Amino acid sequence: MHTDQLIACPTCDVLNRDVNVKPHTVARCARCGTVLAAPKSGAMTRIAMLSLTALILLAAAAGFPFLELRAQGLSHQASVLDAVLAFSSGPMAPLSLATGLLIVLLPAARFCALIYTLAPMALGWHPAPHAATAYRWAERLKPWAMAEIFIIGVAVALVKVSGLARVGLGPAFWAFTALLVVTILTDNAICRLTVWKTLKTRSAS
Amino acid sequence: MENPENPQRFLTAAAAGLAGCRVCGTANPGAARACTCCGSPLEPAAPASLQRVWAWLAAGLVAYVPANVYPMLRTTTFGRSSENTLIGGIAELFSHGSYGVALIVFFASIVIPVAKFLAIAYLAVSVRRPAALGSHGRLVLYEVVEFIGRWSMIDVFVVAILTALVQLDFAAAIAPGMAAVSFALSVAFTMLAAQSFDPRLIWNAESENLNDHA
Repeated sequence: MHTDQLIACPTCDVLNRDVNVKPHTVARCARCGTVLAAPKSGAMTRIAMLSLTALILLAAAAGFPFLELRAQGLSHQASVLDAVLAFSSGPMAPLSLATGLLIVLLPAARFCALIYTLAPMALGWHPAPHAATAYRWAERLKPWAMAEIFIIGVAVALVKVSGLARVGLGPAFWAFTALLVVTILTDNAICRLTVWKTLKTRSAS
Repeated sequence: MENPENPQRFLTAAAAGLAGCRVCGTANPGAARACTCCGSPLEPAAPASLQRVWAWLAAGLVAYVPANVYPMLRTTTFGRSSENTLIGGIAELFSHGSYGVALIVFFASIVIPVAKFLAIAYLAVSVRRPAALGSHGRLVLYEVVEFIGRWSMIDVFVVAILTALVQLDFAAAIAPGMAAVSFALSVAFTMLAAQSFDPRLIWNAESENLNDHA
């Protein structure tokens, strides 16, 4: 048997035979149960479109007013950029850089990489040059793209502040909330090994 | 001795002289250094890789100490300033009656980090010694740790938002404390510790035990 017909389970290294799985069914590793293939019809198109939506939402979230605080006749507006720059004074400056990476730049980079890899495949084209590298990075960045964690942090902060002052929610807040939903939908639509298999067969043909 | 859970013996890529890729699942020729499909570096599942896990875990533990000792927030209201540590902030939320949020923050900043340290240490120890928890149980533990670890970052983001938002001159102003930095580092280090753990080791220990008993 040629090694092309085998999948080494990424979690437990057991060799599984690579069979053609029908759409909307799931193939799992015989030993550990890790999902090896979960093809869905139109998944590539869906992931590419969701990533594009997420990018637009992210741009809106970074640009529009985020939150406004009003108390005792005073008011203060904060954008997402202000939250990123919260640590920028003094010795905590590197944390500002990290926050900016985690909540805006890395999610944006991940969605760009996903679009770059999957859009040509959704259209039935050959993969773009270095698509494998781009997709590998998209997967590596996944745990570090924390836009959806940020919005939960915002919710906690709003409860902390609500006793002290009135808080107004700007368009960026809603953009971030929508981004949370879109990110979850994107992650659920992606089946990593199916994407790799498609990349492999499309590059070869 | 046959394990009643898996009556059949499984052939791993390593046992077949191949190098399985942990990113894309390609079974590469055994001598390959990088995956032929996706280009990821290929590493055999060796217990030596646990050194990296222990190193990141130790770094995470060290950073977690100042995260609890130093203040997370410095609040100034009408000229009077007070400092809040991690636990202090949770106690304050609790005394305000926001039990739900207090619980979320308590879980994100105390329960999850401590449970994560213990879980990663347990996984790393159990590779060498027979473990009470079966392979499937440990795989679930590993997946939970990988999934949940990043959510601890909530605390750092809360500090960032509060600092950006509460800037009402003399009436109220919030500044971040040093604990925010060490907490962020602690979360990042433990995430790296979890990512350095090779789940294939969970199963290697099992097949070695089987061989010992045979």
